[in-house]
Amino acid sequence: MSKLETSAALLLAAVISSAAHAESSKYGIGRLATDREVAGWDIDIGRDGRGLPPGGGSVQDGRKLFEEKCASCHGEKAEGGIGDRLVGGQGTLTSAKPVKTVGSFWPYAPTLFDYIRRAMPMNAPQSLSNQEVYALSAYILNLNGLVPDNATLDAKSLAEIKMPNRDGFVPDPRPDVKNEACSKDCKN
Amino acid sequence: MSVQERSDRKSGIMKRSRRDVLRRGSVLAGSALAGAVLPESAHAAGEADKNLPPNIPEWMKSPGADVGSELYGTPSLFEKKVVRNVPKDLKQYTSASCRTPLQDLDGIITPNGLFYERHHGGIPTIDPAEHRLLIHGLVERPLILTMDDVRRFPSQSRIHFIECSGNPAYDAIYGKTASDLVGLVSCAEWTGVPLKTVLEEAGLKPQAKWVIAEGADAAALTRSIPIEKCLDDAMLVYSQNGERLRPAQGYPLRVLLPGFEGNMNVKWLRRLHATDEPAYSREETSKYTDSMPDGKARQFTFYMEAKSIITRPSGTHKIEKGFNEITGIAWSGHGRIVGVEVSVDEGRSWAPAQLQAPVLTRALTRFRFPWYWDGEPAVIMSRATDESGYVQPTFAELTKVRGLNSFYHNNAILPWRVATSGEVSNANVKA
Repeated sequence: MSKLETSAALLLAAVISSAAHAESSKYGIGRLATDREVAGWDIDIGRDGRGLPPGGGSVQDGRKLFEEKCASCHGEKAEGGIGDRLVGGQGTLTSAKPVKTVGSFWPYAPTLFDYIRRAMPMNAPQSLSNQEVYALSAYILNLNGLVPDNATLDAKSLAEIKMPNRDGFVPDPRPDVKNEACSKDCKN
Repeated sequence: MSVQERSDRKSGIMKRSRRDVLRRGSVLAGSALAGAVLPESAHAAGEADKNLPPNIPEWMKSPGADVGSELYGTPSLFEKKVVRNVPKDLKQYTSASCRTPLQDLDGIITPNGLFYERHHGGIPTIDPAEHRLLIHGLVERPLILTMDDVRRFPSQSRIHFIECSGNPAYDAIYGKTASDLVGLVSCAEWTGVPLKTVLEEAGLKPQAKWVIAEGADAAALTRSIPIEKCLDDAMLVYSQNGERLRPAQGYPLRVLLPGFEGNMNVKWLRRLHATDEPAYSREETSKYTDSMPDGKARQFTFYMEAKSIITRPSGTHKIEKGFNEITGIAWSGHGRIVGVEVSVDEGRSWAPAQLQAPVLTRALTRFRFPWYWDGEPAVIMSRATDESGYVQPTFAELTKVRGLNSFYHNNAILPWRVATSGEVSNANVKA
């Protein structure tokens, strides 16, 4: 197809798609999103790993990246600083001072990929490659004793990790506190 | 005309002419002018009283500032202390919060410049011409909308509060002011389009049970909204109190979920993803879940339960013996406030306060209670009841069930102590 023909075909496709949208919807406002547009913006990773991209990353690579890009906020050993503590705390959730970290609290490992990719590092979010995000996820899981030193994680292996606190969440039972509307001689 | 009045007028004329000289005489040396003006103001008898009766106030003796001298108006010079309450010495301010000065405000509407803030990746600067909303996932027609598109839909305006779920944290009930305690609640009139309208435009599929909303900020903040709420009173809003959203409130577009915790009202909205299950994002697993004494954490704790606080008199205020109006705000994520009671004897007895109309669902409600203070030490507090019959609990009742580590959703009664001096302070004292 010549350039002109391609443009004409694209224009026609756009007209048809807009017309299709206008006919089937109530207001005909907006335009249809292309698959490419959706793929570029949809960065959601499900708890079961759905949406995880191809590729993978190793604990070893993650360690280097962490030192370069994360340690200044999260601490050399991910013990916390300006940023959250990421390690330890397992077994503390029923104590008077629960320590909530990736290892002790996060229920799903793929969420780590989702969050690092969308929001970290804080000064340059969405700057890491998928490989780098896999590597950092692997390293943080390794620091928490959840994968071995020589591990390389990809979509399948990341989704297969069972986080210690996976079953630690319950639905909202409120209203759970009952107060009497006492007006005289109240105990308080 | 008394001698005094005459002399006031005379000096007024003199002042005006001197001021005109000041305006025109920019080439004159400052020192010479100061020499000419200072003696008059310095010798004026009773300097402190010069604008008080029977004298004529200075600001009546010459014209004020020109019409339109401020293209976007700001509060009086004398209200400079009424500003957001920003915590000092935080480790960083990119993901942090600051509070509405509730004790300085009247009525139920929060001025836009004083609305509370909670951001997770700072406040982005977004050109609305370059902003897009993508709707995709379990829809018949994935759509891209410009801001012009969004504004073409049939619009609605409604008054609702937004409240941060940690307002205050369970270990933060000792703050000095009303703002320190519950300043992470604000209320505005919002204008936008019902979320239902936009989702229907994209053709929601029956399998869609949740909609994941994502912000265009540096946190790409993501929360999942149950489909029932999406199809009920959820809105996409672009205006707040009549003007476009402020950048700190999500300009150019945010989600509004009346009665749900603030974090879910995603700002700078760029994407709605219709799905069969929640995202289980970081913000709805490791954060914004409520830890219980048994180690379990409550998840998807959306609703903000009934709460109230006396804002005047409140911490750092000082009152006089005799008549004092007690006033404050009450609100509930579960609907309208049906009653607020006030106790002036540390909770031993309670009497109903007057509710100021309008009393709107999921909006701040102003209450008032006339009080004659006898000068004896007192503890005053308020207790809200909403239309579901739910009564605001005491902190003791709340923590008996939830312990001290649940952080979010503390809606306990907040008591103020009035000392014999009339000074008001927080009656919650750290043990």
